[in-house]
Amino acid sequence: MSERLAVRKTYKLFIGGAFPRSESGRSYVVNSSKGEFLANASKASRKDARDAVTAARKAFPGWSAATAYNRGQILYRVAEMLEGRRAQFVAELVDADGVGVRKAGELVDAAVDRLVWYAGWSDKIGAIRGSANPVAGPYFNLSSTEPTGVVAVVAPGEGPLLGLISVIAPVIVTGNTCVVVASERAPLPSVTLAEVLATSDLPGGVVNILTGSAAEIAPWLAGHMDVNAIDLTGAGAELAVTCEELAAENLKRVLRPPTAKIDWLADPGTDRMTAFLETKTVWHPIGT
Amino acid sequence: MFEYAPAPESRDIVDIRPSYGLFINGEWVDPLGEGRDKTVNPASEEVLAEVAVAGEADVDRAVQAARKAFAVWSAMPGSERAKYIFRIARIIQERARELAVLESLDNGKPIRESRDVDLPLVAAHFFYYAGWADKLSYAGFGPSPQPLGVAGQVIPWNFPLLMLAWKIAPALACGNTVVLKPAETTPLTALAFAEICRQADLPPGVVNIVTGAGETGAALVAHPDVDKVAFTGSTEVGRLIARSVAGSRKKLTLELGGKAANIVFEDAALDQAVEGIVNGIFFNQGHVCCAGSRLLVQESVAEELLDALKRRLSTLRLGDPLDKNTDIGAINSAAQLAKIRELSEAGEAEGAERWSPACPIPDKGFWFPPTIFTGVAQSHRIAREEIFGPVLSVLTFRTPAEAVEKANNTPYGLSAGVWTEKGSLMLWMASRLRAGVVWSNTFNKFDPTSPFGGYKESGYGREGGRHGLEAYLAV
Repeated sequence: MSERLAVRKTYKLFIGGAFPRSESGRSYVVNSSKGEFLANASKASRKDARDAVTAARKAFPGWSAATAYNRGQILYRVAEMLEGRRAQFVAELVDADGVGVRKAGELVDAAVDRLVWYAGWSDKIGAIRGSANPVAGPYFNLSSTEPTGVVAVVAPGEGPLLGLISVIAPVIVTGNTCVVVASERAPLPSVTLAEVLATSDLPGGVVNILTGSAAEIAPWLAGHMDVNAIDLTGAGAELAVTCEELAAENLKRVLRPPTAKIDWLADPGTDRMTAFLETKTVWHPIGT
Repeated sequence: MFEYAPAPESRDIVDIRPSYGLFINGEWVDPLGEGRDKTVNPASEEVLAEVAVAGEADVDRAVQAARKAFAVWSAMPGSERAKYIFRIARIIQERARELAVLESLDNGKPIRESRDVDLPLVAAHFFYYAGWADKLSYAGFGPSPQPLGVAGQVIPWNFPLLMLAWKIAPALACGNTVVLKPAETTPLTALAFAEICRQADLPPGVVNIVTGAGETGAALVAHPDVDKVAFTGSTEVGRLIARSVAGSRKKLTLELGGKAANIVFEDAALDQAVEGIVNGIFFNQGHVCCAGSRLLVQESVAEELLDALKRRLSTLRLGDPLDKNTDIGAINSAAQLAKIRELSEAGEAEGAERWSPACPIPDKGFWFPPTIFTGVAQSHRIAREEIFGPVLSVLTFRTPAEAVEKANNTPYGLSAGVWTEKGSLMLWMASRLRAGVVWSNTFNKFDPTSPFGGYKESGYGREGGRHGLEAYLAV
């Protein structure tokens, strides 16, 4: 009996909860760290980026108005789904990153744990970043956090799963929606992550994932007038400057790329959440 | 209207020098270039003083002085820094009357406002942030948050000394040193503040004041040894600054324009709402980034509210800013007056109906009567562009959802107002308005403990409160 031929997966984009190919019809070859062919990934175009922004904008009112408890539960659900696919992600990381099975396992575990960590923040970040302000007058005065809106995320080239989770989770847990440009070199785990997201009760459009050339897509997102913020963590120095300049057009909030290599296993702190939060202050007179 | 006898505040209390240099490293110095500018009283067009125009080399001197002082100031125990800032707050209180008169002379705002709003808030802001200087490790930014270094700060002409306070107080409390550029039409209270720094024995170089116009500001923002840029002004200039710091490690906060909706529901206490609308758009001649320049009124009460509003406007007194009876002072500059006129003419040309009370206008100076436009469509320029003058655009709505939709239909997001007696509706509105400050059943209230700043193209970062520290710490 001959050996069974495997059924391979087609790696596509993730936009508005669906898995379309790039409207441009383009794809690019993704090799393993050893240079062996892994798959043809979709190569997203400007049109795909714009479609993804439209989907993210459409999802924003619902997701930002969901209760913090609900968002926390959904992020926890993502962690559950990720845990269930542990073996698949380990295999993908071994291929994509050239790490050993043991190391890949550690990275997947850390990614699951990171989701659980962020899930718990959904109904706590407001308590540590908001305030009741003791103004000098008869007024009730309260400052609370609100999500910034649609956030474009240039995911890090390194850390195709843990790095990716570590930039997506802090953006969405507070109620933002996002368009993510995945690692160009190792995009396949991002597409598998999209399958996890699609089966985790996360409303379509909250996370949209594009694969392809960051240098090509990120400037379209940086200059898009319906994007409110951009995370340039994965943008190289030159691309980051281009994007920051374009982002000035509608005063996007910009998270610049790090000056030193990020240790994704370290305690992430709250900065990635607060970078995409607004503070709203409400006044009301007190009287009889 | 009652006839009041004039009750002018005496200007003898202020001592304006004929000419001012730059305040660098604790000393008054002449600019290296020949540049000189004049600042005028917008109510009389009288020249008040000649002021230096700082060139690139002057800005460089100021930044170097601030850099040198940073070593001293940032190493000083927070409790000592606090005492310097408390001293400044106290001197401002002691000289409040003088500073209020000076502000009204140079800016054109009514003395009632500079005396009762600007100056008390200036002193309070320094007093508030002084207290933070030795408590930064409790502020929620880690156990030992560090200052950024030299802050380059560029401020507008609408609240000259108050904007200086919003910039300098948190910067110093966090251990930064500053180079501040006041607006070219209102430099005098910043220059008086330089004297206050000397009276407080503030170490030289901790605060440097460079005067000049846009080019001076651009040189300051672009200086490679500036670590932090803080700007309050137009969205247009904010964009240029955001672009110019791209690729640097400079931390940037921007407080830019606005086109706030002031929303009145049919169940609101209409008399109070009228007062709030007047305060929202005619306070400080409408030269307020968070001014309630779009009145959204529920259709069922539109007529009643507008009648009451027009009656109220007829009682406003426009004239001498130093007169204690004056409600509306002078427009800050000829250029700003031209801009207000141009947009008002566009409002008429686009089909909105214009109304102003009978209002005598002084012969000299820059003046614009309080003006209301009714029948305004969302597409009109007067409903979309910041006028920054005493001009109110009135639109109507039927349902709360429509009010939210119209209020948020702007690239700006600085402030909003809601008038209703129904608590649940107020909170529903407040949670849906995309604006950094929501005033409900009040308007244009400010406090040093209360974070202020915008969403969207109104800028980023917050000034005031614990939140305001973040802009000046390496976090």
